[in-house]
Amino acid sequence: MKNRITTYLNNLGNRKLLIPYFTAGYPSLKYTMEYIKAAESAGADFVEIGIPFSDPLADGPEIQFSSKTALDNNLKLNDIFSMVEKVRKQTDIPLLFMNYVNPIIAVGEKKFLIRSVNAGIDGLIIPDLPIEESGSMRQIADKIGLSMTFLVSPTSDPKRIQMIDKATTGFVYAVTVAGVTGANKKFSKSTDDYLKMLHKKLNHKFVAGFGVSNSNDAKRLSKYSDGVVIGSKLIQIIREAKTQKSSIMKIEKFLKEIRKTLS
Amino acid sequence: MANKRPDNKGRFGAYGGRYVPETVIFALDELTECYKAAKRDKAFKKEFADYLKDFVGRPSPFYYAERFSEYLGGAKIYFKREDCNHTGAHKINNTVGQILLAKRMNKKRIIAETGAGQHGLATATVCARFGLKCVIYMGEEDVVRQRANVEKMRLLGAEVVPVLSGSRTLKDATSEALRDWVTNIKDTFYIIGSVVGPHPYPMIVKDFQSVIGKETKTESQKRFGKNPDVLVAAVGGGSNAMGMFDAFIDNPKVKLIGVEAAGHGLNTKMHAAPLTKGKPGVLHGSYSYLVYDEDGQVMLPHSISAGLDYPGIGPEHSYLKDIKRVVYKSVTDKQAVHAFKLVSKLEGIIPALETSHALAYLIKAKKEFKKNQRVVVCFSGRGDKDMDIILQSDK
Repeated sequence: MKNRITTYLNNLGNRKLLIPYFTAGYPSLKYTMEYIKAAESAGADFVEIGIPFSDPLADGPEIQFSSKTALDNNLKLNDIFSMVEKVRKQTDIPLLFMNYVNPIIAVGEKKFLIRSVNAGIDGLIIPDLPIEESGSMRQIADKIGLSMTFLVSPTSDPKRIQMIDKATTGFVYAVTVAGVTGANKKFSKSTDDYLKMLHKKLNHKFVAGFGVSNSNDAKRLSKYSDGVVIGSKLIQIIREAKTQKSSIMKIEKFLKEIRKTLS
Repeated sequence: MANKRPDNKGRFGAYGGRYVPETVIFALDELTECYKAAKRDKAFKKEFADYLKDFVGRPSPFYYAERFSEYLGGAKIYFKREDCNHTGAHKINNTVGQILLAKRMNKKRIIAETGAGQHGLATATVCARFGLKCVIYMGEEDVVRQRANVEKMRLLGAEVVPVLSGSRTLKDATSEALRDWVTNIKDTFYIIGSVVGPHPYPMIVKDFQSVIGKETKTESQKRFGKNPDVLVAAVGGGSNAMGMFDAFIDNPKVKLIGVEAAGHGLNTKMHAAPLTKGKPGVLHGSYSYLVYDEDGQVMLPHSISAGLDYPGIGPEHSYLKDIKRVVYKSVTDKQAVHAFKLVSKLEGIIPALETSHALAYLIKAKKEFKKNQRVVVCFSGRGDKDMDIILQSDK
């Protein structure tokens, strides 16, 4: 498969990936666009755009909050697609949707995936879609050049790790700890060992996420992986910013710091 | 047919499956293996049967509702009295089974979601019996409207966590329980209260509840020398109905009717009737009928009955609807409250608001039943817990 993600990964060299996550429509779509641009100028490699869902069971309090706020403001899928189209005209940074499976079912698998590609999305991450249930979606995604990122967890056994690696097109997402996004657990030696093991086992590049909240975390996790995803912490920064406007600067500054420790 | 469902991927036709975060998969595999072994283990089966008899109080009575039948003026109505079980509802059949699995798997901590509080109460009860730590997630709205059950759970030693997200009812309590499970997956057993969730739960819960239908079958044979003509049960997630129907699925002569909660009416947005008004989608781990908007956002359901106040339904019900083996109907809050009061007065038995939906359907459709037809209602629970709501509705 050839798309912005795979091309980027093929030319990655030793660079560690920095992948920020933003909930679409939090606090508004206009800001989501600004965050994407700020992330790019801070040295982010890809950006994950979260599609808010009414029942985000893999998410912790921050992303539950941002999703609910966006939906309470009457955010619609159509608006998210339009925003992606707009942002795609301004940047070539690889973009992924992070979303639950039901919005895809509501639109129709094929229609949703094609709309995503046409809008400028390069990959999908679906936290409630394990490999076993992903067959038909993978076929469509393969055909239209959309990368599928599957998650691997500390509870995945070696056989599943192999299957996940095989099903993935693009990169694998390693959940650092058993838990929901933003899990506030300390990373331990067992996290290091887990990532080391994945490094040996996986053919694809892989990034670590869930609970990454500062430079130390990013440094530690990227030692044995190909980079990190940061989500809940960014939502927290946006939520705590004195004004919405100042949140853009804060996001950029924070991501710049992380970028520095990664390279 | 009945024994072939679900297939080895946990599918009932197109429905079911395991739509959960990767972290959970190993626990579902572990549970599937444990259950397979337990099912073959005579000692396990005996232990389960013993608890059903001496702890739960089975078999539950099979009662001829003479005055209610007279009132309806046609069919003979029988109640399968799950309200007589310990803790007052069918829920305990399943929690006894699952706690024995938890023990077998050496889990130290139990979690559960609850709507009306009956499943929470049944879970807290078995946790007390086996000395296991118990955490119950319950929507804040339900904590208020089912206060008596909350106090009972606490008395039994359970921690009741009010859930503040979303509609603050069963849907959000289930999401929160799943989040807890993902986080504490190694030492925690999740006792799901209905035939919902990822495989193998819909299968396991059905199996543990199937005692309702088996006893109904035996008792019908004894009294009538044949099967009943019609079975009626309320469906929220659908466990009392599946438990009642399972023994009769392969016998097409027995008509099966599931009754959903129409809340304020099917033409409003205030209902909890996914089989009547929804389409297939994914919530809480399985593919099944669900009420959601054009963007896939799950609708906030409404029912006066906290146990039916859920936007989804067990996957096997979706399958049984599609193949037309079960007919699904609905009644409104008002009709349910009317049935609640009527049956209390006529029979001296106060039904749960959930059960009242099944009873209300008999009133609504009384002309459709033939003279002397034998109709068995799954009398899923007792109504003491609903007194506050009934008093409120009188105001």
